[in-house]
Amino acid sequence: MPEAADGALLAVRDLHAWYGESHVLHGAGFEVRQGEVVTLLGRNGAGKTTTLKSIMGMVGRRAGEIRFDGRDLVGLPSNRIARLGVAFCPEERGIFASLSVGENLLLPPQVREGGLGVAEIFELFPNLRERLSSQGTKLSGGEQQMLAIGRILRTGARLLLLDEPTEGLAPVIVQQIGAIIAKLKSRGFTILLVEQNFRFAATVADRHYVMEHGRVVDMIANDELQANVDKLHDYLGV
Amino acid sequence: MSEIFGIPTQALFGQLLIGLINGSFYALLSLGLAVIFGMLNIINFTHGAQYMMGAFCAYFLLNKLGLGYWWALLLAPVIVGATGIVIERLMLARLYQLDHLYGLLLTFGLALVIQGLFRNEFGSSGLPYNIPKALEGGRNLGFMFLPNYRAWVVVASLVVCLATWFVIEKTRLGAYLRAATENPALVQAFGINVPRMITLTYGFGVGLAALAGVMAAPIYQVNPLMGADLIIVVFAVVVIGGMGSIMGSIVTGFALGVIEGLTKVFYPEASNTVIFIIMAIVLLVRPQGLFGQR
Repeated sequence: MPEAADGALLAVRDLHAWYGESHVLHGAGFEVRQGEVVTLLGRNGAGKTTTLKSIMGMVGRRAGEIRFDGRDLVGLPSNRIARLGVAFCPEERGIFASLSVGENLLLPPQVREGGLGVAEIFELFPNLRERLSSQGTKLSGGEQQMLAIGRILRTGARLLLLDEPTEGLAPVIVQQIGAIIAKLKSRGFTILLVEQNFRFAATVADRHYVMEHGRVVDMIANDELQANVDKLHDYLGV
Repeated sequence: MSEIFGIPTQALFGQLLIGLINGSFYALLSLGLAVIFGMLNIINFTHGAQYMMGAFCAYFLLNKLGLGYWWALLLAPVIVGATGIVIERLMLARLYQLDHLYGLLLTFGLALVIQGLFRNEFGSSGLPYNIPKALEGGRNLGFMFLPNYRAWVVVASLVVCLATWFVIEKTRLGAYLRAATENPALVQAFGINVPRMITLTYGFGVGLAALAGVMAAPIYQVNPLMGADLIIVVFAVVVIGGMGSIMGSIVTGFALGVIEGLTKVFYPEASNTVIFIIMAIVLLVRPQGLFGQR
């Protein structure tokens, strides 16, 4: 096992997770280095979302090791994990219907210095500025996704966990989200991304981990992706 | 002019005032129930017993410690709220994953136990609690006599209700509460200690019940069963207003108190049942309640 001291901000080893009785992760392991964008690829049910939720402390039971910035997250409740600088953007976006767009945006508390200011968030997502007093769920799907990403940028979190941010969105919006991920990377954010769409993943990520049956079965650097397209098709069943 | 619709104005306004007083208690109690239901998903049947505990707390503060009404107004909600926090931590916290029914059964059982203990100790004849000196007497408004204490109860209840509404609907803390009502797991993943927020919410809702109990003590006396009678009506109010709606419970509480009062004037035979008749109609026409969503 490689040592985490080589710059890995997040090191996951032999991670097991359970929802009630069902054992979903069976010893997943991978690393994300400071400033990287890394994707988890895999079919439905491979355990990608569960991996993100396990890092965030949102599954019933976890075992193994999740080391973030030197601290083990297994055993911490999710509010403590958030306070260490990890932020989660769920697949279903989690926009609150009883809150306005502005309230949604300002909801996550700041956990440390260095987050984006509200003005910078509006620069990234100009649509949100005009809709501040609308009900959160009245936004279009793309705008909701932008709100869901925008609101975790304020908090000062350094590791962003994004669960399928492009799912169900029009190609032009997907492109915008790709550009935003690139901007966030250039600002020093570390991003762990779950994707079904590996063509999108290839435009933003440095490395890809492939998951199957609750384990990480392969790692492909982005510049080797073309050489491995056939293998990936097999993995993903495209 | 001394008659309206053939009813003496004295009687009309007198019943209207009684309606507003009852409405004040309906509103305070159903507001607490709505806040608790929103956050905990638990229908707090102990609420009536906790209202009674508020009144008893005022009685003890006066007779054991010599602390009067104004101290009781401050301390009783804190003390009874703290007992609520213990109940939440020790018992309710184990039920959140289960069906509503379990919380309802537990809190109903607790209410019976608490009321039984108080009744065993103090009988059911009621203990006196005097109106505070500063609020004795009343004023003649020309068309009716308005006792100061009753005016105070209506105004104080309205202020507390509106302040609670403001905090929940218009502040950052309220945004956390509303968001946690929808999706507690995600709010916790943003770094908020949701379990603690739930505990404090229950303590606050119980504190509101105790506050109502203190305000009721000089009007209804201090009686172990004072909450048991009231809480049934309050649940009807909550059903009519819509479970979990904050403004709904306030408006419905006052409105039904007034409707009940007016029924006493125009058709006294129905005054005890009018709220339940309205409840039945609302359930048939709009099952989610007048202010409820979905």
